[in-house]
Amino acid sequence: MPDKPRLTREQIAQRAARELTDGAYVNLGWGIPNLIANYLPQGITVYFHSENGILGMGRRANPGEEDYDLVDAMKVPVTLIPGASFFHQADAHLMTRGGHLDVAVLGGFQVSENGDLANWKIPGSKGSGNIGGAMDISAGAKNLIVCMEHNTKDGAPKIVKKCSYPLTGIECVNTIVTDLAVIDVTKEGLVLREAAPGWSPEEVQAQTEAKLQVRGRVPEINLA
Amino acid sequence: MKQKIVPSLDAAVADIPDGARIMFGGFGGAGFPNNLIQALSRKGIKEITAISNNCGTREGELGVMFKNGQVRHVIASFPGPHSNYFQERYAKGEVTCELVPQGILCERMRAAAAGLFGFYTTVGVDTEVANGKEERVIAGKRCILELPIHADFALIKAEKSDELGNLTYRLAARNFNPIMAMAATTTIVEVDEIVPVGSIDPENVITPAIFVQRIVQAKGTRYAG
Repeated sequence: MPDKPRLTREQIAQRAARELTDGAYVNLGWGIPNLIANYLPQGITVYFHSENGILGMGRRANPGEEDYDLVDAMKVPVTLIPGASFFHQADAHLMTRGGHLDVAVLGGFQVSENGDLANWKIPGSKGSGNIGGAMDISAGAKNLIVCMEHNTKDGAPKIVKKCSYPLTGIECVNTIVTDLAVIDVTKEGLVLREAAPGWSPEEVQAQTEAKLQVRGRVPEINLA
Repeated sequence: MKQKIVPSLDAAVADIPDGARIMFGGFGGAGFPNNLIQALSRKGIKEITAISNNCGTREGELGVMFKNGQVRHVIASFPGPHSNYFQERYAKGEVTCELVPQGILCERMRAAAAGLFGFYTTVGVDTEVANGKEERVIAGKRCILELPIHADFALIKAEKSDELGNLTYRLAARNFNPIMAMAATTTIVEVDEIVPVGSIDPENVITPAIFVQRIVQAKGTRYAG
């Protein structure tokens, strides 16, 4: 792998946050997506959804203000913003599965060129695995963004022709934000929208198993 | 008025037999019927099928039941990063597990509650979850058939009950509890407070009393994980 700087996990979250628009209803999954709330563009309000029955989650609770009946899907005590509401888990997933949320952001182990997602189990791992809400979310999301590192720790590409890991959902991903690129999943295949600073489209392609289409000039990912 | 209030946790679970199918509410540490779970474990129950989002947090929540080897089969969505007692038994083959997508777990319980015999969904198509399930195309979408999940008992947690069993919940401690209350034959609720009939505004009732068979006040463990 070229020894060039890549985006940090925080920077991936920061870039993904710019995909969110004012007033959007948004679910954030485990991992990098959970960092996105820290990087909302100024001046916009986003209503964060939690699968345990919250719409309108605010920031994490400060020390001393934690209420353990008010936690997010990662069990972290949170706060509410004005206009928040509670409901039971079935309605929470009616929102995810029924296409009522504007955006969902999940972590990923692999994404394929037709937008299949694998994110719940590593092949050969011991133990039961954990599905949680990811299959409901991926099946129903109007706009599904996956945030992940571009390569595994061993350098293997995570954007592949066909997922070899157990699938979470098929043909469900709309956009992939990694430490190297922003990529859109289209009917014609994967399109490289932006590349990390200092990375050429060819260098990003070399880290990617699936074919990336380049349409005109590919701008740098801008975090400013 | 039918008396639903039970004097003790132990009395509330006394007739639950070995081998029962039992739903347990709770998510993310909130809304678990921890005191009922401890009473059930204390009674020495065996061979249950547990239906729950997760499989305990160390010894907490359902963890104690796995630690003591009291669960034979579990239907869960997210066993969880700290479900070590479940994972140990699962690795040894002492517990079997059906993993279910979380929203589908809810809807399968709701189907049971609603007298429905199944539904089709795109969730899980082409994944391990689809193994052995009927598939058909509806409106151009590949779907799989999901069947209801019934239970003999539901152990749930609410904040407040009136003497009839009308329930209110607190914040995100609601989660699976109202769904399980509707799906089980016998629902046993532990609450912080029991109030007189008529003192909960009907507009604010989340679980109507028709779904609740036993009420017990519990002042012990709130967060066990």
